[in-house]
Amino acid sequence: MRVVITAAGREWDSQVDQRFGRAACFFCFNDEDGTIQIIDNQSAAGEAHGAGTKAAAIVAEYEPQVLITGNGPGQNAESVLSRTGVEVYIGAGGMTVKEAYDAWCGGKLSRA
Amino acid sequence: MNIAIASGKGGTGKTTVSVNLTSYLCRKQPAVLVDLDVEEPNAGLFLETEVVSKTITYKQIPVWNQASCTSCGFCARVCEFNAVIQIKDDILIFPELCHSCGACVGLCPANALVMESKEMGVITHSRDDNLEFVESRLNPGEEQAVPQIRETKSYLARNFNDSMLCIMDAPPGTSCPVVEVIRDADVVLFVAEPTPFGLHDLQLAVKAARSLGKEPAVIINRVGIGNEDTEKFCREQSLRVIARIPNDREIARSYSDGKLLFQEFPSVRSAMESIKGYLDESEKRFSTNQPKANQPKDRQEINP
Repeated sequence: MRVVITAAGREWDSQVDQRFGRAACFFCFNDEDGTIQIIDNQSAAGEAHGAGTKAAAIVAEYEPQVLITGNGPGQNAESVLSRTGVEVYIGAGGMTVKEAYDAWCGGKLSRA
Repeated sequence: MNIAIASGKGGTGKTTVSVNLTSYLCRKQPAVLVDLDVEEPNAGLFLETEVVSKTITYKQIPVWNQASCTSCGFCARVCEFNAVIQIKDDILIFPELCHSCGACVGLCPANALVMESKEMGVITHSRDDNLEFVESRLNPGEEQAVPQIRETKSYLARNFNDSMLCIMDAPPGTSCPVVEVIRDADVVLFVAEPTPFGLHDLQLAVKAARSLGKEPAVIINRVGIGNEDTEKFCREQSLRVIARIPNDREIARSYSDGKLLFQEFPSVRSAMESIKGYLDESEKRFSTNQPKANQPKDRQEINP
């Protein structure tokens, strides 16, 4: 299963970025083969308009089954993500990427 | 002659000055008040005018025809505003993000996108004797103020001639909507507050106006609060302060009752008289300068 976590940095102990569209990067973890891929989100985060829709399109390319974030994507980003079938979990603000992943595994995060 | 009343900071008294100035001028001559704060027009609260016409405004939005689409994704790549998004074979269009530039439609190799009209807002034209009031209102949920302001300006051009005094109540801030209002103005007036926040935003507004080749004049409102720094800034920058309105609880009370202030308060009346003096001066310059010298003919897109 491919899981994407909005992150402020590139490590397991980096903080979760609460924001979706303007998140610093996307921490992408494939729990079947253990591979980690970091997608830089600077191109979307720096947009004056439409950061959400652009970030959603960037995330969609990785084809994740799960997205973990803080506040949750806005309406426009949400309607892009809903086309991809990804399940969005929120409430990971203040956690590290590892803590957020563990919280999701433990069923402690709620659906957006 | 177009007069833009702007501010930088919100709540400094743009509408107060616009409404009182227009009403003051209209005792002697015809004038138009245009409320271009399209996201929250409120000048109408202070006026008793009769509606002459309502005009629906439209913006152009691309519509996708899936049958002709080859999923090349070119439309999504050329969109500067992320209003066109490709998800595999699907093209999603976000009308609220769209700036109607037409790039996706014009550049689509398969002609799978066409522009269609979408309702954006309404222009309400009303009148009371000498006073013409044009209120421009964006529909709730619309994110782009500039197309609505542009439509309103073209409505003004169709309905009034150049010599008509046209007072434009601008939105706050210094971004695209304000630029759209002041870029064609013959006179730019900033209503400023003598507070640190007011000064900060006035500095930004002056910079914006000057970058458009406009030399603004300043009206200081609520004189008596804050500090002297706003006056000092105006002196240092050789900005002309053409009127001052005192900070007065009774003025605020009267404003809250939706009343015109110059009738009740001599201080406001004399401020309006001073502004009129400045406008008379500008009008002389304006009429000798026709056709307008410092206005760029090609309307290049500015997206600050």
